[in-house]
Order: sequence, then structure tokens, then C-alpha cells
Amino acid sequence: MRITKMNKDLKNHVEKALMQNVRIDGRKNDEFRKIKIETGVVATAEGSAKLTCGDTKIIAGVKLGIGTPYPDTPDAGVLMTGAELYPMSNPDFESGPPSSYAIEIARVIDRGIRESKTIDTKNLCIEAGQKVWMVNVDIGPVNSDGNLIDLGALAVMAALKNAKFPELKDGVPDYKHLSKKSLPVSRTPVEITVHKIGKSLVVDLTHEEEKLSDARLTIAVLEDDTLCAMQKGGETPLTMEDIDSMIELAIKKSKELRKLL
Amino acid sequence: MTYKKRLDGRKFDETREIEAKTGVIKKADGSAYFRIGKTAAYAAVYGPREHFPRSQQDPKKGVLRCNYNMMPFSGAGDRVRPGPNRRAKEISMVTKLALNPVVDLSDFPNAVVDVFIELPQTDAGSRCAGISAASMALADAGIKMKDMVSAVAAGIVDNTVVVDLDYPEEAYEDGDVADIPVAMIPSTEEITLLQMDGKISREDLKKALELVKEPLKRIAEIQRTAIKEKYQ
Repeated sequence: MRITKMNKDLKNHVEKALMQNVRIDGRKNDEFRKIKIETGVVATAEGSAKLTCGDTKIIAGVKLGIGTPYPDTPDAGVLMTGAELYPMSNPDFESGPPSSYAIEIARVIDRGIRESKTIDTKNLCIEAGQKVWMVNVDIGPVNSDGNLIDLGALAVMAALKNAKFPELKDGVPDYKHLSKKSLPVSRTPVEITVHKIGKSLVVDLTHEEEKLSDARLTIAVLEDDTLCAMQKGGETPLTMEDIDSMIELAIKKSKELRKLL
Repeated sequence: MTYKKRLDGRKFDETREIEAKTGVIKKADGSAYFRIGKTAAYAAVYGPREHFPRSQQDPKKGVLRCNYNMMPFSGAGDRVRPGPNRRAKEISMVTKLALNPVVDLSDFPNAVVDVFIELPQTDAGSRCAGISAASMALADAGIKMKDMVSAVAAGIVDNTVVVDLDYPEEAYEDGDVADIPVAMIPSTEEITLLQMDGKISREDLKKALELVKEPLKRIAEIQRTAIKEKYQ
């Protein structure tokens, strides 16, 4: 993000306020906006969730299809996570091929789920080497007001837990009739992105706050506080102490967010 | 501790054998080759030069642009399909973020410095090899820099903290594995790249980051020696 004179002044001001534990919208540094999750909101998807958090509104949908497994894992199904940043949802987003930010969001969410083995892909095998379930989960922001990684990951988890397999008719999925069988979701990773603005650590930033961020670290946390994915972003380097405090905060917040699922 | 001896017999804080050279690509303004074990990276720097499209120019300073690419035959499994994919795009982006804090392009407003990283052969750790090579190539191109950036992975294999995982270690199946690519500015010990795949506790992560510090400084020394060698 290019720093103009105006947001340089704003940044100084915000940094000072953060030292007093006050945000632009009055929240505390470690305070999330109120989150609401509804599931089963998209009739055409096999699993779905709509998440609102402040002004951020995201829909996540799961489509289940049948495909051939990768040759190196003939007995495992496939999980794929996608994200698009619709120009509809924010004036800063443009049409065209996915931006590197959109790709990063998708890959960081994907990594948290994949590395924790949240979905045992072996359970998605129909016929080894021939036919497996392909789980495609996509997030589409309707209104983007920041923190798309954490909120996208939360929406994805809600949608995965909501998903039901379609019935198989002669080996072809019958999407009109969903079975009662849920996806094999065994863990609940929660991703928390901690930003550093000046000397303060902040979570759940709005889009305007994200423009002032110096560095960020996304941390995926499991139920037992183990970490299953990380990603550093932003231009400013981090010290070892920063990293440790960020992880401490992420573990604390992950417990709050997991209760919503 | 169940992983008592590494699969290839290295010490836990020992990297694979490293080969580093600069000035390997004559046409480029700066270039380097960095090989760590069976993972090899070339980096070429072009610029500062005119920046297109113009909309991406910065009137205050030059812009660093990085591109990471695996050659089609560089993976152990299937042919890598040429062209940008999601993985390459993400790595290009984190590479830029890893290098940007040390380069000073304020003398070149509206210009771009292109860094192209190409991998002819990989065996895990390719983004770190790419960053180490790119940092040398930038220095070779005479770009103003605060320090080197050195990169290598830390990690954990079945409860044992190790440095520079190779592919068999990343794929280790008898216990949890975490792979943590790290890039550091050696003089300040600040971290400019940090990613993680796998499972690790907060305490082990701290240990891993502590363990990787010295190897990173050794890599920085190898990088510096390689840059000087060109002029001897």
C-alpha cells in the first residue's frame, strides 16, 4: 500500500491511539467485531455458510464432485479451496484474473485445513485409482471490510461441517437428493491473523485499518493449541519476540472463535 | 524424541551441502546460483529499468518485482506445467516481501528492478534457495542494500527440531512434520519470511526459530564469500 501524506498522519494518530488500547471504531486491540454464522444458505451447494462480521460479509460454498485421484495418492480424495475478491465487494478490488492477495487467502485457508488433516481424504475414496470425491470449497466476499483470511477460514469450516454427500445414482451424483452422510470433518482449525501497527498487536482489522498495517502473521490453531499453518505478510520484518507474542494472542483468540462453529 | 537420526545422517542443525556463485548469467545486471543439496536455484536481476505497465510505477522509489518459477522437469513427480500457477504466484509475492526490507530503491523513482528465480532441480526448500540466490544477485547487480537476506527452512520431524528439511523428511510418515521456511536479515536477526505447514506447538516453534539462527548466519557468510570471489 502506498503511503500518502494523509494516511501517514492518520497512521501516526492510530498508532498513538493503539498504545492506549483504542481503535478507530472504539474496539480494543484484541477485540473481534461481532460474528454471526448461518449455515445451509445456498440451495445449490452441498454445504454452505454465510458469515457476517461487522461490515464484512462472506459466503462459503462446498461443491462435491467425482473425479479421478492423483496418481501419487490413488486412494485419497481431493480437497481444493478457492477465493475470489469480487469487485462488487470493495472499490479497491478489480476484475480480471485472481490477484496475488486472492491467491494468498485461498492458499493460507487451504493450508490450515490440509495440514491439520481436518478432512481425512482417504475417506473420500470411492474406488481406488478410479473414482474419488472432489471437495471444492470456495469463498466469495459479498462485502469486504477486512480480515478476509480469518473470516474466510471460519466460513469455510462452517460450510464443510454443513456439507452432505449427494446420493449416487449409477455412480453419478444426484444433486437433487442429498444423503444424510456428512463430510468426514474431524478437526476444527481456526485461523487468526495478528497485525503489527507501530508497536501494537491488533486482530480483526477493518479494510481501512489493514491499509495501516506494518506486518501480519496468520496462525492456524487446533483444539489442543498446536499450530498447523503460518504465513507472514506485510513489508516490515518481525523479531522473534513479536512472533511469540503474536502466537500467544492467536491461541487465545482461536478459542473464542471456535465456539462459533 | 523418536526421530533420533536424520534420514541422510546430517546433524539436526546441519544444512545440506551448499554451493554458491555469483555472476553466472552474463546478460543479467546481476545473477547468482545457489544450490543446497539437490535443490538448485538461479536468480537474475535486471534493472533498475523502465517500469511497465505505467500504472504500477511508484513516483517516490523504484519497485522490486520478483518472479519464482519451477522448470517443467524440476519436480520429482509429474512434469510441472509451465506458466504461473497459484503456488508460484504466492511464492513470488512472499519472496518480494522477504527481500524488500533490505533494498533501497529510493534513487530510482518510477523504475523497476526485476528478479527472476528459476529452479532447474528441486528437493524441498526451493523458495528459501530462491531467496538466498536472489539476495546475492541483487548485491551482484550493485543494488543498494542494508544487508543480505538468508533463507533456509526450520522444522520439526516427529518431535525433533531440525534445519533444512529435504523431501524425504517433509514426507516423513511415522510422526508429525512441520516445515517452516524462514528468511532473516542476519545483522538484526529480524525475520522477513515466515511460513509454516504441518503441526507444531508454540514451544517447539520457538526452539526451531532459535535453532535456525546460526545456520542462517553461516549461509550469509557463504553468500558474502561468493560475492567477493567474483572479484578475485
